[in-house]
Amino acid sequence: MMDDSLRELYQDVILDHSRHPRHFGPLPEATHRGEGHNPLCGDRVKIYLLLDNTNHISDIKFEGKGCAISQASASLMTDMLVGRTVEEADTLMGGFLHMVKGEADTGALNADDRERLEVMAGVSAFPMRVKCATLAWHTMKSALEGGEAAGNE
Amino acid sequence: MNLASYSFLAPRIQPGDEIVLSVMEHHSNIVPWHFLRERQGAVLRWIDVGDDGSLDTDMVDAATGPKTKLIAISHMSNVLGTVSPLKEIVARAHAKGVPVLADGCQGAVHEIVDVRDLDIDFYCITGHKLYGPTGIGALYAKHAHLKSMRPFNGGGEMIREVSRENVTYADPPARFEAGTPPIIESIGLAAAIDYLSALDRGTIKAHENDLYAYARERVREFNWLRVIGDAPGKGAILSFETEGMHAHDLATILDREGVAVRAGHHCARPLMERFGTASTTRASFALYNTKAEVDVLIEALAKARKILV
Repeated sequence: MMDDSLRELYQDVILDHSRHPRHFGPLPEATHRGEGHNPLCGDRVKIYLLLDNTNHISDIKFEGKGCAISQASASLMTDMLVGRTVEEADTLMGGFLHMVKGEADTGALNADDRERLEVMAGVSAFPMRVKCATLAWHTMKSALEGGEAAGNE
Repeated sequence: MNLASYSFLAPRIQPGDEIVLSVMEHHSNIVPWHFLRERQGAVLRWIDVGDDGSLDTDMVDAATGPKTKLIAISHMSNVLGTVSPLKEIVARAHAKGVPVLADGCQGAVHEIVDVRDLDIDFYCITGHKLYGPTGIGALYAKHAHLKSMRPFNGGGEMIREVSRENVTYADPPARFEAGTPPIIESIGLAAAIDYLSALDRGTIKAHENDLYAYARERVREFNWLRVIGDAPGKGAILSFETEGMHAHDLATILDREGVAVRAGHHCARPLMERFGTASTTRASFALYNTKAEVDVLIEALAKARKILV
């Protein structure tokens, strides 16, 4: 019998995202870029996004190498952020970062987004792996803020 | 290594002088030498290992030239388990007048070490690998070297005289032990060394090697697993890559199955690059491990495969 927390961590949605990442690849027309690196495990991720003149994220792509958690998290993130405004993206990113740390308060996250992000919540039971889940999100944040290289806290 | 780098080697380095080291070094036996490269223009000369992870004395010898000021090499690789032919390396280095420093963090645990027989100049160990406390280690150095070395940290206990105008230093080793020592850690380290010394090291080594040989044989059933490091005479460290599974995902699952492995780059990035990988999973066998535990590892690997792939 598999441990419940392990089942939750490696649930089908996560494995599906890690095996078949959405929005994976380059985006030459990107207006913003971010590069994240986790020196402790060697994971790397690059985020490319295209902001239109109404402040909407009209396209996102990512490239990188890493564990199932980091790849799934990046894939899920790109899936959820495309089409949003920068302000909406901020709310989503903030809520996600609280959630994976196991905090009850996820800010202004609406119920739908909360439910979609819930698949990543199992990471909070594995403190060693939280950094895997957050790498892409921190990189996204830095891309939106001007695109310096993002480390992990 | 930091002490040897700062107190022994730094005053002897002119720009262009060389330090020879292998690609299988742990960062702790790389970064102190990079300091000398950055600050004093030292040149690092890297010795490659074979595809099986073996280290060839001829290659060390070939890299040692008139500008070589030190050879810094791991006694046993923390990733590959490769055991360096230290005695030969030292003999050939000394023939050229070059001192040798060994990183013995694994060697002191798994090998039988006699620094006099090796005729080695410096040998470093760490407490936490020796079943002892963290935050403490030891540097063995030939007395003549110690006498020639400048102090490292300043403070209490390391002085002979201090006046307003002048300071003179205690003889080694006190010269290098400024301030209140880590007392609890020292007692703990001594206890760990006493414990190991009371056991038959040959028996421990044979036990570890048996476990390794058994595990090495059992992982052959997995065609998705590539072992990194198969050098003849290697120690009981099993490092591997797994197709379709990242080392960190694997380690999380193995951990839940009660198997503690180390996953990642093992603080040996140049070696990861050498083998074209970002990370490996490593099982290390120690005196307390059993064959039944190897079986648990094998079952856990199969289970992880089912979950992740």
